[in-house]
Amino acid sequence: MSRTTYRPRLAAAEPLLWLGPAIALIGVVVLTPVVIMVRTAFRKIDSIGFDRGPAGWANFEKVFHEPSLHAVLWRTAFWVVAVVSITLVISLALAALFNQQFPGRRVARWALIAPWAASVFMTAVVFRWMLNPDSGLINVLMHRIGLLDEIGPTVAKADWLGRPDAAMWWMIGVAVFVSLPFTTYALLAGLQAIPSEVYEAARVDGAGPVRTYLHVTLPLLRPAVTVATLINIMNVFNSFPIIWEMTRGGPGDQTATTTVFMYQIKASSIPEAAAMSVVNFGFVVLIVLVFLRASRWQEQVD
Amino acid sequence: MSTRVRTPFKTRQLVLAGIAYLLAMLFLVPYAEMVVTAARPADELLEPTVLPSHWDWSNFTSLWSTGLGGNLRVSLMVATGSTLLVLLAALPAAYYTARRRFRGRTAFLLLVLITQMFQPTAMLVGIYKEFSAFGLTDSVFGLILVNAGFNLAFATWILNAYFASIPVELEEAAMVDGTSRLGALRHITMPLAWPGLVTALIFTFISAWNELVIALILTTTPEKQPLTVALDSFIGGYQIDWGHLFAASAIATIPVIVLFAAIERKVVSGLTAGSIK
Repeated sequence: MSRTTYRPRLAAAEPLLWLGPAIALIGVVVLTPVVIMVRTAFRKIDSIGFDRGPAGWANFEKVFHEPSLHAVLWRTAFWVVAVVSITLVISLALAALFNQQFPGRRVARWALIAPWAASVFMTAVVFRWMLNPDSGLINVLMHRIGLLDEIGPTVAKADWLGRPDAAMWWMIGVAVFVSLPFTTYALLAGLQAIPSEVYEAARVDGAGPVRTYLHVTLPLLRPAVTVATLINIMNVFNSFPIIWEMTRGGPGDQTATTTVFMYQIKASSIPEAAAMSVVNFGFVVLIVLVFLRASRWQEQVD
Repeated sequence: MSTRVRTPFKTRQLVLAGIAYLLAMLFLVPYAEMVVTAARPADELLEPTVLPSHWDWSNFTSLWSTGLGGNLRVSLMVATGSTLLVLLAALPAAYYTARRRFRGRTAFLLLVLITQMFQPTAMLVGIYKEFSAFGLTDSVFGLILVNAGFNLAFATWILNAYFASIPVELEEAAMVDGTSRLGALRHITMPLAWPGLVTALIFTFISAWNELVIALILTTTPEKQPLTVALDSFIGGYQIDWGHLFAASAIATIPVIVLFAAIERKVVSGLTAGSIK
């Protein structure tokens, strides 16, 4: 193809010239930390940061003997499954709605992206403020419509974030809220990729709207659902700002997921936090592998 | 040509529109509440009312004496720097992989895709140790590096798709007409790839602007922290200064929402590796 003739050596080096900066950046920022993290997990490091030699599996044993690890792992699984599945169900409905023709659709879609564009951290802070026991907007509105008898600084029922169970559900709500825009948009893209002839065929066959949705739309939407779900699993599993800003994982570690738990451990022991990260990372790699299979990315780049 | 006749909207459409507007407003509530709280008079901050009795915008002006102005500047430098660095690294890589078939091409694209799925939170400890060792804590450059590294994948991916969709014949035709390779790139390829480039740049800027976790562990000196970290330390304090907190949040959030609206549709294809069109 190329009009210039290169000496073989130079030709082989050419890709490096173009890809070099990207590879260097990924190497320094993404790959090196992984290596350092795994290494740290097997070192003995004292509280002031001195490396005191290899630790074998001691750091991992310490993590596995953390009294709350079991609860944290279950909570993480619950957190991921709840957020991702609720998000998916609501997004399917939203995508169906925003795929219809109606006046002003574009403007309405713009409003939908707000939680996606805004910092998750700031969204979490506003929700924390809106759940404030004495004057939070959510409490005020619940009080007005009679869902709460009274509100105020000492009313336990209005102190949602002070009770681990209630706090968990509110945080799941916030996580769903910030995941909805991306998921809805991904599903909308999937819906728009379905050719209209398919719907005409269904109509000719006499299928009603419900049957058409269940037997035509949903199956054709599967690739979009799969990819969006996997990306959401990854985001929700790694999610830190929501729990951090709303409860700091507390009281204690009673609302911590593995990511927040790792951050809590980091305050007392870096190598133990590294061991916890390695455990987390194993899960991340697993999702990546499933994603690679599902996304059929190779067809895209060939 | 067009024979489309505008028919009056049917009831069904109006009902749908009504529901959609209502939902759309619901999505804006937290951000509206940000502004409302920031504009509440100080003595009404803890009043159980939906709206204050009158508006007091003084938080937006007194904000600049709290030191948050400096943090806003750090955020701006980090976001701009990351965007430039991403541009520098992603543009040649995306162009080359779209135009040439070479050994290691698939491996490189696989690496990019894997990087895209990784998130800095998962490797916090490694980043912390590496950047401490290099003296890159409390450093704008350190934050630029991390943010660029984790956003590189999205930019490469979306640019690659754009370049690949531009027929190479277009460039070649221009070169036959006597334009240089660089000239062809400038006058033919770049204008066509422009929407992809804008998407990549805005997306990188916004995610660097919003980033919290990495900056939380890499910056400890208050003046060197980006806005997100500075606001996070508001939350950690005993007496939370909600008025200033939300005035700063609103300033940091609203432009970003507007900016994001410009690229909304293209972002999905970049994030899903193009597997949903």
